Amino acid sequence: MPSEKIDIEYVARLARIDLTDEEKRTFTSQLEDILAYVDKLNQVDVSGVEPMAHAFSLENVLDDDEPGQPLPVEQALRNAPAQRDNQIVVPKVVEDA
Amino acid sequence: MSDIIHQTAAQLSQALASKAVSAVEVAQAFIDRAEAVEARVKAFNSRDAEWTLAQAKASDERRAAGGAAGPLDGVPVALKDILAVKDQPLTCSSRMLENFVSPYDAHVTELLKAQGAVLWGRLNMDEFAMGSSTENSAFHTSSNPWNLDCVPGGSSGGSAACVAALEAPLSIGSDTGGSIRQPAAFCGVVGLKPTYGLVSRYGLAAFASSLDQIGPFARTVEDAALLLQAIAGHDRRDSTSYKTKLPDYRAALTEKEGPWTIGVPKECFAEGLDPEIKAAVEDAIAFYEKDGHTVKEVSLPMTEYAIPTYYILATAEASSNLARYDGIRYTHRSKNAKDAVDLYFKSRAEGFGPEVKRRIILGTYVLSSGYYDAYYLRAQKIRTLIREEFMQVFESVDTILTPTTPTPSFKRGEKADPLAMYLNDIYTINVNLAGLPGISVPCGFTSGKLPIGLQLIGKPFAEDELLAVAHRYEQAHEWKDAVAEL
Repeated sequence: MPSEKIDIEYVARLARIDLTDEEKRTFTSQLEDILAYVDKLNQVDVSGVEPMAHAFSLENVLDDDEPGQPLPVEQALRNAPAQRDNQIVVPKVVEDA
Repeated sequence: MSDIIHQTAAQLSQALASKAVSAVEVAQAFIDRAEAVEARVKAFNSRDAEWTLAQAKASDERRAAGGAAGPLDGVPVALKDILAVKDQPLTCSSRMLENFVSPYDAHVTELLKAQGAVLWGRLNMDEFAMGSSTENSAFHTSSNPWNLDCVPGGSSGGSAACVAALEAPLSIGSDTGGSIRQPAAFCGVVGLKPTYGLVSRYGLAAFASSLDQIGPFARTVEDAALLLQAIAGHDRRDSTSYKTKLPDYRAALTEKEGPWTIGVPKECFAEGLDPEIKAAVEDAIAFYEKDGHTVKEVSLPMTEYAIPTYYILATAEASSNLARYDGIRYTHRSKNAKDAVDLYFKSRAEGFGPEVKRRIILGTYVLSSGYYDAYYLRAQKIRTLIREEFMQVFESVDTILTPTTPTPSFKRGEKADPLAMYLNDIYTINVNLAGLPGISVPCGFTSGKLPIGLQLIGKPFAEDELLAVAHRYEQAHEWKDAVAEL
């Protein structure tokens, strides 16, 4: 298993979380401890073993294509921090020309 | 009926049926109890007494009109604050969802409502169910009713504490790596994690979807059986929901008599087990032998890999599930963001607590390019081996018996190191990885008067037999009658 140091800035960017400098320091050292502990999984011979995502095999659920009762718009939006005209308001994502 | 709060759910059910007591009187008794002890126990995040009394009144009217909707009609059930209840708060004990009000009911909630259960309060938990002590709640830490300086366990700490403190006869929790059984053991109550797929996860805020399972807390095994009966069953909105005819769990308690073959894994009595817990569990083993069952030493050598496997899989799934909290759709949005992308970074930084951030970062790391095979895929393969090992042991035994936890409850703030905290789940975690049912039943007290839990693990979907094995032990002991002094 890889044993290099965690590039915490890169991982935090992937996870879309701003971390403070103190959090970066703390998490780096804690995660390195956790990963060192996790390293014991290398002792297990997994050759030829199928990975298991769920404890029981899953089958596709097929439903008749019948219209149901959707969540009313106002209910679906009730927890959005900002909304207008039945839509969620977000900061501008397009730059001015 | 005098002393309502000391009655079990089964006793309350009977008293309601015979009209010895009304649902309003029952609800009021638990509301009053919470008023009296909540300042010390802090099991709840929120309580809506008026709404609870309205449900109780409706239950009384239903009964007066000639029909109770089921054995739980009029019986209060408190829910962990991770399950959706329409028009009620759902916070996951997180700042991220601090003002969230659920627009719909979870499947479990629908079932409980349909059967007339009186929903009562939202219970404190570790933020997004991540933790083993309820110290990770963004709002407050709950207390262990047996010792208010100690933790109730986690992540369903509020669910366990409220039942132990007689603030509710029944509660619901969720268990991803031991989050029902460990707090049940710490608080001296019964906690059951059903087989993965037996209870629909629709409306349960997801932490690690392949491991999460909803289950009951109660003061007796019979009550746990009653509540399991109410919430189990197929739901097409959860693709992992299992289609099966449900047995009568309560009837099974007495109908199934054994004799059983009980497997005791030798790995569970190795280093790190508290001597008082070891002695109590050995007494339980001796009880089963004396009661005519066969106790057999078994071996689960993969147990030592369960915790690292769990922390890779659970954090990977958490990093994916919690990506939905983006500051756009749910309650918390940063006021300091300069653009849309910055909004994600800042809202998540402000909304999540340290343990949630730690797990998201770990999960993101193990899924990131270059590390996926080494961590995630390997852990999934080891999960296969853990399950196969269990299934092999179950070829020669009916039930597996272990301690629930390596130590009794600990003082708040005592375990600052996350890794030390993770080790608390050593006996419970592999049960989730294998998708099996597990129950924790009180099996004694330490010299410091802290409860000890006995864990029994069953074959997939054999909850009826598992409950019967647990009931047998419980009925022969007086631990169920012990009540925390508050």
